[in-house]
Amino acid sequence: MTEPAAQPNAAEIKERAAEWLQRREFWTWSKENQAELDAWLAQSSAHEIAFIRMEGAWNRTMRLGALRQPMRQSPRETRHRWTFILRSVAAGLAVAVIAGASLAYFNHTPEKTFSTTIGERKTLKLADGSSIQLNTDTQLKLRVDAGQRHAELLRGEAFFDIRHNDHVPFIVVARGHRVIDLGTKFLVRADRGDLEVSLVEGKARIEVLNKPGQSHSAELSPGDVAVASAGSLSVVRKSQAVLATEMSWQRGVLIFDNATLAEAVGELGRYNRRKFVIADPAVARRTIYGAVPATDVEAFIRVARSVMGLKVEQRNGEIVFSQ
Amino acid sequence: MGDTPEKTCNSAGAAGPGARVTMADLKAWFAQEVLPLEAKLIQYLRRNWRDKSEIEDLLQEVYVRVYDAARKELPVSARAFVFTTARNLLINRFRQQQVVAIDAVADLESLEISADDPAPDRAVIAHDEFRRLQAAIDRLPARCRQAVLLGRIEGLTGREIAQRMAISEAAVSKHLTRGMSLLSDLLHREPGESDPS
Repeated sequence: MTEPAAQPNAAEIKERAAEWLQRREFWTWSKENQAELDAWLAQSSAHEIAFIRMEGAWNRTMRLGALRQPMRQSPRETRHRWTFILRSVAAGLAVAVIAGASLAYFNHTPEKTFSTTIGERKTLKLADGSSIQLNTDTQLKLRVDAGQRHAELLRGEAFFDIRHNDHVPFIVVARGHRVIDLGTKFLVRADRGDLEVSLVEGKARIEVLNKPGQSHSAELSPGDVAVASAGSLSVVRKSQAVLATEMSWQRGVLIFDNATLAEAVGELGRYNRRKFVIADPAVARRTIYGAVPATDVEAFIRVARSVMGLKVEQRNGEIVFSQ
Repeated sequence: MGDTPEKTCNSAGAAGPGARVTMADLKAWFAQEVLPLEAKLIQYLRRNWRDKSEIEDLLQEVYVRVYDAARKELPVSARAFVFTTARNLLINRFRQQQVVAIDAVADLESLEISADDPAPDRAVIAHDEFRRLQAAIDRLPARCRQAVLLGRIEGLTGREIAQRMAISEAAVSKHLTRGMSLLSDLLHREPGESDPS
């Protein structure tokens, strides 16, 4: 290997990357701008790396987006509030907090969209004590003020732990259906074809949007899972154990209870950008039992190799499982 | 010791000749596997290199080597690959130097790279992350912080931030650039370790 010429001026390249990123994030951004950025990135690996690094850090500050705090405070107070927020999330989950002061904020801009990237999780805490956990690759629009509590699940999956309020029902809209809480913990999943609502605790009602009180609605009790598509609504029952398994993502793990490898890999694919390929149908039907970290692909590969005795290769950026 | 150990910890996966990593995979891999090592890597470079003003450039060179090598195939262990690359780079640099600090080389040669360090507990990572986020924001210069928070927390555009702060758009642009740049150091490194020089 020949010694590459020393890359000069790391600091300068860093500033340049930051300059590009803020232009893209905060100002009008045209196709021409993108082409200029692409050209700059193509100039050297150092440019590309600096930009990836800048984006990486900036994306991590995204969770700040959920911290609604009044802006005009003395630095001292700001620090104090931060510390408070930190203490309240010391439990260690990736948590976004909507502090008590948020109501004033929401009065100005009543609607706010929260989202997670692939592999990310986020918890929104509402001033009324309710909380919403967003799973991987999820987008949720939230409108909360004194008169209404309204959420729209645009994609992905979310777990709602709602403090019931007779006067201000909590309503979740997803895929043309509406879920109305009657004192509840429930899970809404809209990442596949059908909408799935699983009731964990309390009571809730699901109905077709804009047709309240019609036959196309159902009351859910714990263990009920409503599966709704455009034309149908059915309710099946799942045991608490199965529900608990399906909610294990809240702890960052995926639990497979005799799932086929195809199912397991499909589930893992929701949390990771890497592509999985099963080269052989017989391998796809093999079943597995156990828990793996949702975002740790390497751990899954180790299990496939050592426990299932499979061959795992990384080919063209794909992870290929075979006999 | 120290000749071409990069090879030994490269991927064992049997990618065919000419197999190439896609750009998206390469970027994702770099962001997820390599960048989280930055704090440790900086620490390692600082410990083994006397001239602190060269650390940033050394870091960049390690990154470029790792990134370019990974274009062909993603290493199985990012950690082992990154630190081996760093060590080789330092060894080459030492050899090019007229005066070599003996103790530094000794330290370098005896470095053991463990690919299997137990991953810290997830709860600890998350807690750390918040501590770091707080510390990072707190350490931004006041106007910088204000611009970043207006952008990140209130979701304002550059133009709106300019109106709110009653400053020019060019000034907002400067604050945001500086804010992002500082945050990238503060967040990728241990708090208290990044002294913007």
